[in-house]
Amino acid sequence: MKLLKYIMIITMGSFLLACEDTTPKSKGVYMLIDVSGTYTKEINKAQKIANYLLANLNSGDSLALAKIDSGSFSEKDIIAKVTFDIRPSTATAQKHQFKRKLDDFVAGAKPSSHTDISGAVLQASEYLRETNTNQKYIIIFSDLEEDLVKGHVRNFDIPLVNTKVIALNVTKLRTDNIDPRDYLKRLDAWEKRVYSGGGAWKVINDIDHLHKLLEG
Amino acid sequence: MNNSELLLIWSDNPTVSVVIWATLIILAMYLGRQSGHKFITALTGLLNTAFKITSETLINFEEKIVKRNKQVILHEGKQATERMIEREFHRVNSLVALDLSGYPAVQRKITDTINKIEADYQASNETPPSPPDWLEAVEAISKVKSKGDSAVDKILTNIQHSLETAHDETMKEYRKSSFNRLQYLKKMLPSWRCLSQTVDGMSKSITDLSDRADHIDKQMGIYEKIKAEDDKVANLLSVSSMTQFFISALVLIIAILGGVINFQLIALPMSEMVGGTSEIGGWKTADIAAMVIIMVEVAMGLFLLESLRVTNLFALIGSMDDKMRRRMMIVSLTILTILASVEASLAYMRDLLSMDREVLLQSLSGVASSNVEFRWIPSIGQMIMGFVLPFALAFVAIPLESFIHSSRTVIGIAVVNIVRVFVYVSNLLMQLTEQVGRISTHAYDMVIFLPLTIEQLGRHYKATREKGEKSYVDIESTGGNQ
Repeated sequence: MKLLKYIMIITMGSFLLACEDTTPKSKGVYMLIDVSGTYTKEINKAQKIANYLLANLNSGDSLALAKIDSGSFSEKDIIAKVTFDIRPSTATAQKHQFKRKLDDFVAGAKPSSHTDISGAVLQASEYLRETNTNQKYIIIFSDLEEDLVKGHVRNFDIPLVNTKVIALNVTKLRTDNIDPRDYLKRLDAWEKRVYSGGGAWKVINDIDHLHKLLEG
Repeated sequence: MNNSELLLIWSDNPTVSVVIWATLIILAMYLGRQSGHKFITALTGLLNTAFKITSETLINFEEKIVKRNKQVILHEGKQATERMIEREFHRVNSLVALDLSGYPAVQRKITDTINKIEADYQASNETPPSPPDWLEAVEAISKVKSKGDSAVDKILTNIQHSLETAHDETMKEYRKSSFNRLQYLKKMLPSWRCLSQTVDGMSKSITDLSDRADHIDKQMGIYEKIKAEDDKVANLLSVSSMTQFFISALVLIIAILGGVINFQLIALPMSEMVGGTSEIGGWKTADIAAMVIIMVEVAMGLFLLESLRVTNLFALIGSMDDKMRRRMMIVSLTILTILASVEASLAYMRDLLSMDREVLLQSLSGVASSNVEFRWIPSIGQMIMGFVLPFALAFVAIPLESFIHSSRTVIGIAVVNIVRVFVYVSNLLMQLTEQVGRISTHAYDMVIFLPLTIEQLGRHYKATREKGEKSYVDIESTGGNQ
């Protein structure tokens, strides 16, 4: 009888636990690749980072890859996007498909005349908001030098609540060598902009330390 | 007012102030010496009593647990012995039913064989050939003298010839008869062998029965001792229980490791069935599902062994009638087989998923995917493991039962030892408080040694004076009288 009582308690406990709804910690990653001017040469590094993301994201996570060109607040700039299926086999198939799109993009990437980073970040923010993921990351693979088309308005706060913005491989421009303060100012300006939008900011220049990329 | 202000309340000079404070304290302590001593005695007495009560309570508790442990051990031992005796009786029963039930047939066989042997023996009796009737006539003729008569010689020759012929024929007949008797004796040989084998078989059965009876006698002896609550038997059973506990714990650890391997085999492919993202109570649903499958397998193993009467964990299953028990056995074995098949397929799926992931990782790292030879060997291995492990886990019921039964004794022994430690500590504290009380009283007197010494000197002086006055009065009174 005692044994039966214990079994009943354990069963009821299990049911209670089952009723408790705990949301899984899913990740949403939006990667932006700068294709303006000479930065196109860095695209192979971007491919490496995207491959790392594909290898490390799991079922339930979302990944989108978009380019930063002259007017980036547009769905047209999204190269590939996917929310990985709950079944691992399907998720693997989705990764294969994603990789093919990435390879095609890398093979045919053309440099753009202008760089609309703000528009791209806003587009990323919108996308991540819709994915309903717990941890949101925007990875900007760019030198962070914005060059807008005349008439484009981007001087406003971008909503980035609960979003971590990671600047990757922020290369130094020729002018930065003359006055390094330009480089620091550029980083500082973006940091302020991200914080004012409610997000968090991080810079990773050494792409050999990619394990730090999706750390909480 | 802080401490330093309080210290310097009497004088600005700290030394003077300290001396005044010390004097006041010593004076106060001297005046309240009796109360101080009473306080120390009462306080240490209180603590002493508290520790004494604790110690006594713990000793009572220990005695109760020891008694309970003995009862548990003897009960377990009694049950085990009863089971063994029951099993022995079952064996004896089957022995009697199988071997001795055929005793009438064997007896009949022996009687038939003996009859046959007797008949053959009778048939093989040697009957000496009877002398021919004409032997006397021949003897008379042989005495006739021929005296050179050719006719007589011829007759005698003929008679000799006839005699020899008759002799030859008789010998032939005798040999034939001997041969026939030998044949009869030869036919007796298998009958003798058969008889010997039958008797041997009977003897073996009887010896087995005798051995079983001896074993039952021994078990009955132990049972009687257990019933008489013999301490030696209780100690022996306790040691045996400890051994069982450690052995079963070791086997259970091995089973748990097997369960972990089993879990690793099916956890990943489970996410294909229940999804890889959902969580329950902070645990992945796929992991919980894999865990549940393993637990259900263990439960089925428990039911299977219980219905086979290998274990005796559930009284309900043990008391079921044979038909119901057999049904339960079939059901649990079927479910176990189905789950084992599911596990085998999941193990295969795990292999496919791993392979798929491996190809993806190679592709992402830019390495050309390679076709590994004999890739099917680990696949088959995983499938076999997936199928076999549930059946292996089913046997966990045996060490589990042993563990549960022996843990009652072991936990009891552990509790007794812990209580004994507490009793020791309590006694130690009791002694310690008593000694601290004495030391504190002496320390108190040491602090006020100065006024105490003065008091003693005063008393001494007073006593001497009183003694002197008394002597004077005595002398005076003595002188007065004179």
